[in-house]
Amino acid sequence: MTALETAPGVVGTSVRRKEDASLLRGRGTFVDNLTLPGMVYMGVVRSPYPHARIASVNLDAARAAEGVVAAFSGADLADEWKGGLPCAWPVTEDIRMPVHYPLAIDAARYQGDPVAVVVAESRALAKDAAELVEVEYESLPSVGDVTKALDDDAPLVHSEFGTNECYVWKLETDDVPAAIDAADVVVTRRYFQPRLIPNAIEPRGVLAQVDPTGDVTLWSATQTPHIQRFVLQLVLGVPESKIRVIAPDVGGGFGSKIQVYGEGPLAIALARRLGRPVKWTEERAENYVGTIHGRDVVHELTFAATKDGDITAVKSEAWCAMGAYLELVAPGIPLLGAWIYSGPYEIPNYSVTFTGVFTHTTPTDAYRGAGRPEATYVLERTMDALARELEIDPVELRRRNFVKEFPHTMASGLTIDSGDYHATLDRLLERLDLDAIRDDQAARRARGDAKQIGVGFSTYNEMCGLAPSRILGAIRYAVGGWDASTVRFQPLGSVQVVTGTSPHGQSHETTFAQIVAEQLGVGVDDVEVIHGDTAASQLGMDTYGSRSLTVGGIALWHAGEKVIGKARQIVAHQLEVSEEDLEFENGTFSVKGSPDRNMTIQAAAFEAHTAHNLPDGMEPGLEATAVYDPPNFSWPAGAHAAVVEVDTETGDTRLIRYVAVDDVGNPVNPQIIDGQVHGGVTQGVAAALYEEGVYDEEGNLLTTTMATYLVPSAAELPSYETDRTETAAENPLGVKGVGETGTIAAAPAVINAVVDALSHLGVTDVPLPATPERVWKAIEEVRT
Amino acid sequence: MIPAGFDYEVAESVDHAIELLGTSDDAKLLAGGHSLLPAMKLRLARPSRLVDIGRLEDLSYVKEDGDAIAIGALTKHKDVAASPVLREHCAIVSHTAGQVGDPQVRHRGTIGGSLAHGDPASDLPSVILALHGELVTRGPSGDRAIPAEEFFTGVWQTALQPNEVLVEVRVPKLAAAGWSYTKMARRSQDWATVAVAAVVHGNGSVERAAVALTNMGATSLRATAVEEALVGGASFEDAAALAADGTEPPTDHAASSEFRKHLARVLTRRALEEARSR
Amino acid sequence: MRRVAFTANGTRHDLEIEPRELLVYVLRDRLGLTGTNVGCDTSSCGACTVLVNGESVKSCTMLGVQAEGLELTTIEGLARNGELHPVQRAFHEHHALQCGYCTPGMVLAAVSLIDSGAATDGDAIRHGLEGNLCRCTGYHNIVEAVASAAGVTS
Repeated sequence: MTALETAPGVVGTSVRRKEDASLLRGRGTFVDNLTLPGMVYMGVVRSPYPHARIASVNLDAARAAEGVVAAFSGADLADEWKGGLPCAWPVTEDIRMPVHYPLAIDAARYQGDPVAVVVAESRALAKDAAELVEVEYESLPSVGDVTKALDDDAPLVHSEFGTNECYVWKLETDDVPAAIDAADVVVTRRYFQPRLIPNAIEPRGVLAQVDPTGDVTLWSATQTPHIQRFVLQLVLGVPESKIRVIAPDVGGGFGSKIQVYGEGPLAIALARRLGRPVKWTEERAENYVGTIHGRDVVHELTFAATKDGDITAVKSEAWCAMGAYLELVAPGIPLLGAWIYSGPYEIPNYSVTFTGVFTHTTPTDAYRGAGRPEATYVLERTMDALARELEIDPVELRRRNFVKEFPHTMASGLTIDSGDYHATLDRLLERLDLDAIRDDQAARRARGDAKQIGVGFSTYNEMCGLAPSRILGAIRYAVGGWDASTVRFQPLGSVQVVTGTSPHGQSHETTFAQIVAEQLGVGVDDVEVIHGDTAASQLGMDTYGSRSLTVGGIALWHAGEKVIGKARQIVAHQLEVSEEDLEFENGTFSVKGSPDRNMTIQAAAFEAHTAHNLPDGMEPGLEATAVYDPPNFSWPAGAHAAVVEVDTETGDTRLIRYVAVDDVGNPVNPQIIDGQVHGGVTQGVAAALYEEGVYDEEGNLLTTTMATYLVPSAAELPSYETDRTETAAENPLGVKGVGETGTIAAAPAVINAVVDALSHLGVTDVPLPATPERVWKAIEEVRT
Repeated sequence: MIPAGFDYEVAESVDHAIELLGTSDDAKLLAGGHSLLPAMKLRLARPSRLVDIGRLEDLSYVKEDGDAIAIGALTKHKDVAASPVLREHCAIVSHTAGQVGDPQVRHRGTIGGSLAHGDPASDLPSVILALHGELVTRGPSGDRAIPAEEFFTGVWQTALQPNEVLVEVRVPKLAAAGWSYTKMARRSQDWATVAVAAVVHGNGSVERAAVALTNMGATSLRATAVEEALVGGASFEDAAALAADGTEPPTDHAASSEFRKHLARVLTRRALEEARSR
Repeated sequence: MRRVAFTANGTRHDLEIEPRELLVYVLRDRLGLTGTNVGCDTSSCGACTVLVNGESVKSCTMLGVQAEGLELTTIEGLARNGELHPVQRAFHEHHALQCGYCTPGMVLAAVSLIDSGAATDGDAIRHGLEGNLCRCTGYHNIVEAVASAAGVTS
């Protein structure tokens, strides 16, 4: 099915954002900006130990401190919880799922594990009081390293399981071992992708209010107001209908604000007990231990190939750190990449195994790309390794293996709807001018310059637009992947859209208004998009996994079609023609052959509200709701290239150029697409060169602030070159997701470039991230 | 993020500041606050009293004084960086002040605050060391001029007495000497992983050289082996190979001790080459 | 408690505050100027940037009491009579914000950079914004916006 043929209009143009008006003026409604009368502040006491028995919690001094309203230990609040904080994705039947309460009671299992809370009249007094809480810890042995947690003598995170193995999950075709045996060449590589800290610039926060009737309102810096409401019922025992969750302006999430963290239920429980609104906001140091991390996975990746470079089998084994507890969807994060370990390539034999592993560390969960950057990293690095082994050009090797025809059903079992990987790569090479880069590289090598350059490639496809609910059910994900939208004409012709998505920087207020405006033939300024409040949006599955446009946007489109359908009935009735005799274009219904007989959809809206002359049996009003369950995932793909300059004397490595060509289907707003690519690429580049959440072997976090965990600034980065090729997705708008593509592609492109820069010295690998010291060591190792 | 509580007094003059410092065991001076407040926000520092000298305008100046330049301790980094007197006569100071932190830090942080903090990762101590500068302090018993070599005594430790105020920094006019401050940092806003301050006198052969290292030990350090080798006629390469001699640099998130030693050698050679090119 | 008097966005304020109250919290919690945001605790991110006598300063690294006698400008004070400042307009035109949380600090840092004459080209702009971290935009459009407002090439 091709994209809907519509007259050229506002979809596809770079409409400037509606969101900017308040954000640019400093009028954002971020949670910490909100106050309520009588509000008090919650402070959380957290374990400094990765593993410790909690022998006692003494709150006397804290309770007696100035301005303190209350203080509680985990035991004090145990009766508040109907259930623990759930994990919504038990990926196997025999998965080991620990019970997880908002406050630890018997033992702390990671550095940062919440142990007690204080409530005080001010932020500062809450901080002072938290220091006065005396917790007697008995430090216990602990393990922070995912490769050591499965050793026989490794300290156990949850002793009731007798192991730190959480689950083993496998997806494979028959006879992978035979295919590997029969291959001309087998290349196996091992990779470690270290912890990344999502580090949205807004730390997490909540504001909870419980009124005397028991109605709960929770403002939360969350990506998932609907999921929060659902889970809060399970944890607190309050019916969903009495819970309202509001995501006000949210300052970035990148997956780290999906989860239902303990602080939300805690603030509600305290607000309930104290009869006062309770606010909590994270300090950054708290965020680093108390908010989920990404990655922390070891892979062994094997390619089997013919001597001509046709890859016949891919086999991946991975050990994935879950952290100390299972956060909302943590076990499934590796699975989100499980079907794309063939990338954009046609590989007939396929085997993927994931072992989830507990460690005494901050829990992991989704971080931009969530399973797909991990997969793409090992694939694209091993492509280059295979190219070296076969002495085939790395770009040529990719081409030889590209999927050529679409739709394409992968060996893993899912079907890619559309794409043209050759066209995307062609466009990249046109933009790149690889010859000029190679000339510069050769000249520098001939001169023996200290600063060498290299170019690295990454061709990827990705699986997003979460997700067809039946598939989610089949892979044991606890909820569905649909989304919902209501399109509602007001009597005087403006349009209110309610979406179940929950943007936090993704510009849905603008892009969704563009879609509706073009579809209904109204002005973009006439469309108001409402999101993030469960009182207004009753149905939704929120924003993550690059799903909002391809699921929420299509729900929106379907709702719009229903509205047009109803309006058509009204107009046909009032113009006394049959519905088939009407054409609808640019917001107006006109009679075929007699265009002077017409009526705008806005006039139909007015008629729908006055109800003076509606068809028999028609309900007044002009609005419709659609709930859309996508039949397939979304399959954007792309070809990226990074150029780096490496100072071979100091190891200092800089990204000097980055070209991204992506196929995200039909573009709704090119400027916003580019913005998502810039941001996504930057997080992948940062993972390649700067960021590393370092734990010691026991699970003590060593990079505890934004001074030692290195989120790059503008000074570390170049400007980017972006371009697009387009193959329409199989949905009415032809759109694909884009939010995570940059992060999925970039890290291997950069590391491949670093290796390329040093290939003349014999370097074949640099660990992630390629810090100056690691680059220097890689050079030294081949020198000696 | 929120400091522990403290008493706060505003000093009306340097003498008043000295008097206020004397009233408490752990009083600290507050100037720009860009060394002290970060530590207090993490509650790593918890002074019971802060004496604010930040409003003493008459301690902000850059003046020629014969062969030397006198810089008031409360001169902000941005003013040090922009000073025409320093740019003409001792550009290593103005250049390096322009590298401290980021623009916001440079708009508030002061040269005196930075030097008095005694952080071995700070840029300016190495520069003052390489210039054989002097730090003028005032205490209850009057003024003294402390040579840079004697000023930095340990990690966050200087020769400043608890009731002394650093009032002035004195550096020589460089005349024809070549100079360089070569800094390697992970990000532009970060402390130096390693940096090298070099001041080299002499046209063909080296008559005098001073090389000081940032973040290679408990304080900024002079690389005396390098200096002696240079005066003895060694090539820049050979002299720089001695840069890490006798050092025990730290290991942290940015680099290991061993790697810092390597960087010291490379950056020293580059600093010498750049100094020669001026 | 200590008295402190300063001007914020043209309005004079006379307050009694605790010495330990950081300027950013004085602005947010006492004056209700919540446009200035807190993003870290190590003076690394710059989300709290305001103008002090026209120059960019991280308001998390100043005590409220240090603002005595100073003229502060926060993001709320940048637009005049409802008209966006040229830097704000440029951010809008070039899509230089996504979630908006770093934006007030980024805009004010850019205003200070341009006013100081240092925004001479793309490289200078990138270095001039070294103290302001953004997680959403990858900086590309921010640099374009600032270059455009400064009338230079990016």
